Amino acid sequence: MKQKPIYGVMAEFETPEQVLEAARRTRDAGYRSIDAFSPIPVEGLAEAVGFDWTALPIFVFLGGLFGGCTGFGMCWYANVISFPLNVGGKPYNSWPMWIPITFELTILGASLTAVLGMLALNGLPTPYHPTFNVPRFAMASTDRFFLCIKAKDKKFDLAQAKAFLEGLHPHGVYEIED
Amino acid sequence: MDSEGSRNIAGVTEPEPIIGPGHTFETVTDKISSIVLRGGTTPGWVFGFLIAFSLLMLLNLVVTLLMIKGVGIWGIRVPTAWGFAIVNFVWWIGIGHAGTLISAILLLLHQKWRTSINRFAEAMTIFAVMCAGMFPLLHMGRPWLFFYLMPYPNPMWMWPQFRSPLVWDVFAVSTYFTVSLLFWFVGLIPDLATLRDRAKSKAAKIIYGMLSMGWRGSAVHWSRYETASLLLAGLATPLVVSVHTVVSFDFTIGIIPGWHTTIFPPYFVAGAIYSGFAMVLTLAIPIRKYYHLEDLVTMRHLETMAKVMLATGLIVAYGYAIEAFMAYYSGDANERYMMWNRIHGPYRGLYFMLIACNIVIPQSLWSRRVRRSIPMLFFVSLVVNTGMWLERFVIVVISLSRDFIPSSWAVYLPTKWDWATYLGTFGLFFTLFYLFIRFLPMISIVEVRSLVHETSEEKPHS
Repeated sequence: MKQKPIYGVMAEFETPEQVLEAARRTRDAGYRSIDAFSPIPVEGLAEAVGFDWTALPIFVFLGGLFGGCTGFGMCWYANVISFPLNVGGKPYNSWPMWIPITFELTILGASLTAVLGMLALNGLPTPYHPTFNVPRFAMASTDRFFLCIKAKDKKFDLAQAKAFLEGLHPHGVYEIED
Repeated sequence: MDSEGSRNIAGVTEPEPIIGPGHTFETVTDKISSIVLRGGTTPGWVFGFLIAFSLLMLLNLVVTLLMIKGVGIWGIRVPTAWGFAIVNFVWWIGIGHAGTLISAILLLLHQKWRTSINRFAEAMTIFAVMCAGMFPLLHMGRPWLFFYLMPYPNPMWMWPQFRSPLVWDVFAVSTYFTVSLLFWFVGLIPDLATLRDRAKSKAAKIIYGMLSMGWRGSAVHWSRYETASLLLAGLATPLVVSVHTVVSFDFTIGIIPGWHTTIFPPYFVAGAIYSGFAMVLTLAIPIRKYYHLEDLVTMRHLETMAKVMLATGLIVAYGYAIEAFMAYYSGDANERYMMWNRIHGPYRGLYFMLIACNIVIPQSLWSRRVRRSIPMLFFVSLVVNTGMWLERFVIVVISLSRDFIPSSWAVYLPTKWDWATYLGTFGLFFTLFYLFIRFLPMISIVEVRSLVHETSEEKPHS
């Protein structure tokens, strides 16, 4: 029988504190390609698996800037360049009147970037992901916490990684088929 | 409003817990998701849904008639060209303010009690904004030309009038709707993943699976997710304030007596929050009873919402007082007449009902007994909803029906089709709401789980 390729190994824990501790120890042991899964956001867990920063706030700022410039630019272009209309000698570029639209489009641009940027950076939607091949992984959205060492890690060796995870006293250790 | 307040101020009692005792991740997940996955279609749900759906069909009928015959079927006549349509628009959009306020501002202020109510308050917001948005479109007379409001390249070489608050409204309301929807959906993603993993039927697995987009709770994903949620909350907070401000500009930029005043923006925003919280209470009280959610939506939630209502109600009362004072103090004959007309004119009954509903009766919330009595609280919430509707009627109709030239004065009376349109939007609202509580988790499972975790950390040995 042909051996199925392996995505990694996964250990199951019962509390956020356990998985946090396990993630730190795994990283200390030299594994770099690791990830943790939890039903609630766990403070410090992303840092423990080696995630340090996200460019999302920068994108959101740029999105807001783009929205605001679009709003102001549109009002200005319509009333100064495209269709100037002299009403009682009032200035064409009556900028205080552009503020509400500028503001609304700033918020719209930033919010759309925040949501779409978050999804894009997270690689969502993901129609298929190997972790779902582990039956117990369904519990990751209820009350169990998982730590995964991926096969692409330079230090990865199936037997060693399994033994290492066993040493962290998890509830169970599973192989993930790719 | 302070979550720790009762401990500090009263000095005698510990604050009540935000969720009932004995809950674990498993129990809260099961409790909320089973309403969707196993609670099924109960007779009570079907009964309520059918009533709502009949009203939605009434809306269908009215809109069809309106398309055929035009806005003449409504009671709007010059000088009162803004009748029920604008009253209902402002009322619905006001209701739509509580959801984003609860989920954005209270998130930034770390008010933990918001977790059990934010999901359905946000749903309420979205559905209320949908109802609100219908009215200006129908009121245009030719709703099929609504796209004239959008800046798009057109053969007439025309732009919308960007100096008009009515165009600002288009941008404000559509942005508000989009951002509220995004915020709501982002909050739903992890819960949809929970439903996907717990669903038994193939169809449910596929649908929730597609909606949850492959969410698997990765720590890195959570980190970006939380960054995005915080940014959205920060963006939504000024947005909430701006939307009703822009709605109030529809009035204040006009020169009609009673409209041309600088207090409108803050007083409209306070009124919106007031009516929004009243509506959250009106919806939360029956739902928690019917679905036995008393240990998630606790007495403490209801009491806190009552306090928010009391506080915003006082701001609204201050607004009324300043309105009357400025009418007097301006020395302007038309402004003074407007105020006299409110108290003595043909609509005086509504004005006094407004004062009773929005100022007098809600003062009962000072009493702890009233705040903790569910029937009383439900009654006050209905009274405030009515009062806020009357407020918009008083502002729109009384000012318009008697403006500067007595020869053009006329009494405005709504027709049966006005009432039918209004009732019809209740149909739309409640149909959507019934579908929401049947098919989506009405309380944020993830946030309640986090709350369980935090409360167990605070008292590790109990």
